[in-house]
Order: sequence, then C-alpha cells, then structure tokens
Amino acid sequence: MELEAVKLLAGAIALLPLIGVGIGLGTIFGSYNEAVGRNPSAAEILDKKFFLTFALTEALAIFALLIAFYLVFAA
Amino acid sequence: MASPTHQFEIKPLIELQLSGVDLSFTNSSLWMVIAAFLSIAFFAMASRKNAMVPTRIQAVTEICYAFIANMVRENIGTHGRQYFPLVFTLFMIVFLGNALGLLPYAFTYTSHIAVTGALALMVFIMVVIIGIFKHGMHFFSLFLPPGVPLWLMPLVIPIEILSFAIRPITLSVRLFANMIAGHILLKVIAGFSVSMISMGLAGYALGVLPMLFNVLLIGFEFLIAFLQAYVFAILSCIYLKDTVELEH
Repeated sequence: MELEAVKLLAGAIALLPLIGVGIGLGTIFGSYNEAVGRNPSAAEILDKKFFLTFALTEALAIFALLIAFYLVFAA
Repeated sequence: MASPTHQFEIKPLIELQLSGVDLSFTNSSLWMVIAAFLSIAFFAMASRKNAMVPTRIQAVTEICYAFIANMVRENIGTHGRQYFPLVFTLFMIVFLGNALGLLPYAFTYTSHIAVTGALALMVFIMVVIIGIFKHGMHFFSLFLPPGVPLWLMPLVIPIEILSFAIRPITLSVRLFANMIAGHILLKVIAGFSVSMISMGLAGYALGVLPMLFNVLLIGFEFLIAFLQAYVFAILSCIYLKDTVELEH
C-alpha cells in the first residue's frame, strides 16, 4: 500500500474509540435525564457530577482525535 | 490559505537569550500577562468598595468565590480551606486562557502542553511533597485501598501506583488536547467558507452556511472552555484531598 493510504487508514482506525465514547455519552445523558425526571429536586446535585463525567468521557474522544491528527499529519 | 494549525505557532516578541537558554517574551507569554492582568484588575475593581447589597460587578466576583469555595469544601472537606487560593488561581488562569483564546487573532496558551503540563506537574509534586511531609511513610498507604485481600496485593499495588503516576499526564493532556481539537475544528469550518467564496458568486451565498455553523461552535467552545477549567480545578481538588486525609 502507498504511504499516504496507510496514513489515512491508520487515522481512521485511531478514531474507533469513538464507538465506546458514543455509547458512554449516551448512557450518561440517558441516566442523567432519567434521574432528573424521577427526582427533579436532585437536579442541582446531579448537574455537577453530570458535567464532570461528561467531560471525562468526552476527553477520551479528544485523545483519539489527537492521535488521529498525529497519524495523518505528523507521522 | 493558512493551515488550521498556524494559530498555535509561538512567535517571540522580544528576543532574549540567557546563557544559551531561550527566555524570549513570546505571544504565549503576552496572553498570559493579559490574563493575569485582567483577573487582578477585575477582582481589585470589584472588591474596592464592598457594599452590603452587592453591585453587579461585585455579585459576579461573589459568584466566582462561592463557586470555587463550594467545590473545595465538597471535595477536600473543611480542612481544605488552605488550598482555596491555589484552586481559585488555577481555575482563573485556565478559564481565562481558554476563554481569551476564543477571541479572533488571540493566542490560546492552554493549547500548549508546556503550559498545562507545568500546571499539572505543580499540583502533582505539591501533593507528593505535602503528603509525605504530613503523613510520613503512611502516605504510601495511598497505594493500598482498604479491604483488599492479601493475595490480590501484588496486582493491585502496581495498578494503583501507575494510576497515581499517570495523573499529571492525563490532567494536562485532557486540557491541551481539548483546546487543540476545538480550535482546529473552528478553523477548518472557517476554511470551508474561504474555499466556497473562491467558487464565484454562488459561493458567496453558500459560504454563509459554515460561518453560521461556526457561530454555534463558538458557543459550544465557550462551554468547553468553562467545563475544562472546571474539570481541571475539581480534579486538582480530588488529588489534593490525599494530602489532607488518607482513606484509612
């Protein structure tokens, strides 16, 4: 295979963790909405935990994106 | 057309070489000075005359104070008050770096791992030194979670040590990678407008669409800017908790 093609393919493979991040974010949003729906007065406590877990999970996708950028443009 | 990564380039504004060490005053340093000046000026102006019924600017600073004070109290406990100035400063410098970077032609100093790595390492080394100073050798019981059976120890202890040692890396990479990815995304979308305009008259009409999308993205990026500063501060709190009290 040509080098350029391999680079693009590697970049695409490096983005596979997005599957897991998608599932994880869906679970976080779903659980948050369900919890707030059941007990709206708990929203204030849940908000903080929600944002923390959201940012931690989202960071994984960003890591994957960074590796993909590195493979395509820098490697 | 400039490449999307052009914005992260560090340009020396005042050249300064000190016995082989490059100490130039760069655009990164300039924006750090601006952020420091802005936060000092803002809080000095707001707390100049404290009124019982706060004025608008005083109310903003009180919200900032209560926000971080609550975070420190909830995550470190009442003994964590001594760390309030540190966490507050960390939050302000990271938040201002993220937010000022959204201005056109501004430089985002938090998009460089040299900056975020230094901040994260500072917190990490502080945790280790204060922890050993306060708890002595007992500090290393951090690597042994309570209630672990004896035969599992050879497996658990290396994992705990690894997850402790990797903290400054994850803390700094999370912030800098978020900033890099967000700013590259903004510039790539903006680049679509430029390449559409080069298509002629129809391109001018179509070129508005990426620009409108960018307006949404700027709002999203501002959320990320706040969120990452919040996460940086709260994780620093969680790490600093180890110096105040050990779990057992």
